[in-house]
Amino acid sequence: MLAYVVRRLWQFVPTLLGVVLLVFFLFNFVGGDPAYLLAGKISNPAQIENIRRQLGVDQPYAVQLWIFIKQIASGDFGASWSTNERVSEIFATRLGPSLTVLVPLLAISTLLAMAAAMLVAYLRGSLTDRAIMIGCTVGQSISILVYILVFQYVLAYQLGWFPVQGWGVSFAENLLRYSLLAIIVGVAVSLAPDIRLYRSFFLDEINQDYVRTARAKGLSEHRVMWVHVLRNAAIPIVTNILLQLPGLLAGAFLIERFFGIPGIGREVILAVERSDFPIIKAVTIYVAVATMIVNLAADLLYKAIDPRVQLK
Amino acid sequence: MNASPGVWLLAWRRFERDRLGLACLLVVLIYGAVMAAAAAGWIVRDWSEEVAVTYAPPTFLGPEAPLGAPAAAAEAAPQGALEDYGIPDPLADDLAEIARELAGASATETRAATLALGADKWGRDVLKKAVKGTETSLFVGLVAAALAAFLGTLFGALAGYRGGWIDDLFNWLYSVFTSIPYLLLVLAVAAVVNQKGILTVILILGLTGWTGIFRLIRAEYMKHKAREYVLAADAIGASEGRRMFVHILPNVSHVVLVQLSLHVVLFIKSEVILSFLGFGVGVDTVSWGSMLAEAQSELILGKWWQIAAATFAMAVLVTAFSLLTDALRDALDPRLK
Repeated sequence: MLAYVVRRLWQFVPTLLGVVLLVFFLFNFVGGDPAYLLAGKISNPAQIENIRRQLGVDQPYAVQLWIFIKQIASGDFGASWSTNERVSEIFATRLGPSLTVLVPLLAISTLLAMAAAMLVAYLRGSLTDRAIMIGCTVGQSISILVYILVFQYVLAYQLGWFPVQGWGVSFAENLLRYSLLAIIVGVAVSLAPDIRLYRSFFLDEINQDYVRTARAKGLSEHRVMWVHVLRNAAIPIVTNILLQLPGLLAGAFLIERFFGIPGIGREVILAVERSDFPIIKAVTIYVAVATMIVNLAADLLYKAIDPRVQLK
Repeated sequence: MNASPGVWLLAWRRFERDRLGLACLLVVLIYGAVMAAAAAGWIVRDWSEEVAVTYAPPTFLGPEAPLGAPAAAAEAAPQGALEDYGIPDPLADDLAEIARELAGASATETRAATLALGADKWGRDVLKKAVKGTETSLFVGLVAAALAAFLGTLFGALAGYRGGWIDDLFNWLYSVFTSIPYLLLVLAVAAVVNQKGILTVILILGLTGWTGIFRLIRAEYMKHKAREYVLAADAIGASEGRRMFVHILPNVSHVVLVQLSLHVVLFIKSEVILSFLGFGVGVDTVSWGSMLAEAQSELILGKWWQIAAATFAMAVLVTAFSLLTDALRDALDPRLK
């Protein structure tokens, strides 16, 4: 077990190095000279040279790469180009609002999707099943942007049930007042793909031999579904949620932006719009590390829940 | 086709029985025809012409009341307030003139008061924009998916068939690309490329989106390379490239086809988000994403037709494409044979 974890951690090194090289390549070769972006339209060569020296882009590439690696190792990515706020400071202060929205969102959407998926898996092949599945396909075909725009317009702007956007200082106010609509939209968006996925997990379990055995013993259908099938299907579902987490943190940027939630996702999208490279670099590296750790955690969790799983 | 007519014919027979799949295929083909016709310039060449009054409503709603008198009625409250002070509005005549000009009712041109699906802020036909947007979005989706499928298949074939250090290299690339969440990767690339245009979007999506196809094709090649027909091809002296792409590829092409179809849907959705955020197609053309971006400010004014048209056009295509993918998978899945 320990040997496995050590080996997996050791495998992080080449992958992480690859991510660093990819990010470095993107921002230092593809992106062009950042000094021109920063200096603005009216600037003279001396100013450009000055900015280049400040950023360190006048150094040879090898030195720049070394500086980048040192930044990653120390967790200090410098300051934002547009606001001059420390990048580490930005992440520390934006994590709270992100989690305020994401944790309830994930909990509610998972519970709802599991309930619906279990129902349609139980009714598999029936008209209800087909109707819900086609409904999910249609629901998935509508862009997340439309969900956000329409929900915000109808529920907040026209009906006035929620504030259109905003963020306060107290946690309770943020959770119960400003996050609600964002959570509703997030649940509406993630419900359709989740139901489809979880349905396939439930169907995999329903066709297993142990389910037939349980039925043959005379257990009620109720007990078969709620105890036997649910517990086994919960394994891939939990793993799936865990694997989604890092992407969700940065991926909820559309929701965060439209509802004015000062989270990490909104910071990412602002950085992309302002070509604020230090923030994008830092997010990419952090999220890649988080993804790798979560992948390992998911495998270990799998092993912990299901003793049959062999870790190779 | 000639290499294995049996598989494809059997798949088509299964597919033929799937009425929903056939209907979806028809819808997708119609969209494809619209895209081709728009690309060839047979239809909607004049999509950017300002033919109607600003925000002309759809025909079934009827024309908006002229801006003169009803505007006064709608703004009765502020005018009432003015009258309370007994001050006549000194700018009233000028404002009425400006309102007439804004509505496009100048002496030299006549603009339609309504259009089939309404008009946008500049009086452009929303229906034509939606058709033009179909061309852009579907083209981006198809070409980017073809690029991703090509890369994924090539890399997967090399890694799976050759093994060794090539396999290690591509696996390393795969783990690097997949440890960054897809949308974040796309956005980061879009941010550094910082250039709008259809080609840029296609390259961004295609170059970042090959990983899923790679993993499946690699597994297929690993499975197939030890099979007897490949060994037989080797024995009669077929070159390695020939074994990989003439002998094995037709036998795994159903996987590529299903993945291609899946990725078209994924890339259409991604293009919409990129264009909405301003990283997608340029301002000289229109996509569903740029329509949604415009609709953002229209919706607050109650002008809902542009968002409705873009959403409807996209939802129908993506639904049909997704259901078609499901039908394809059912028809092509060898396990069902």
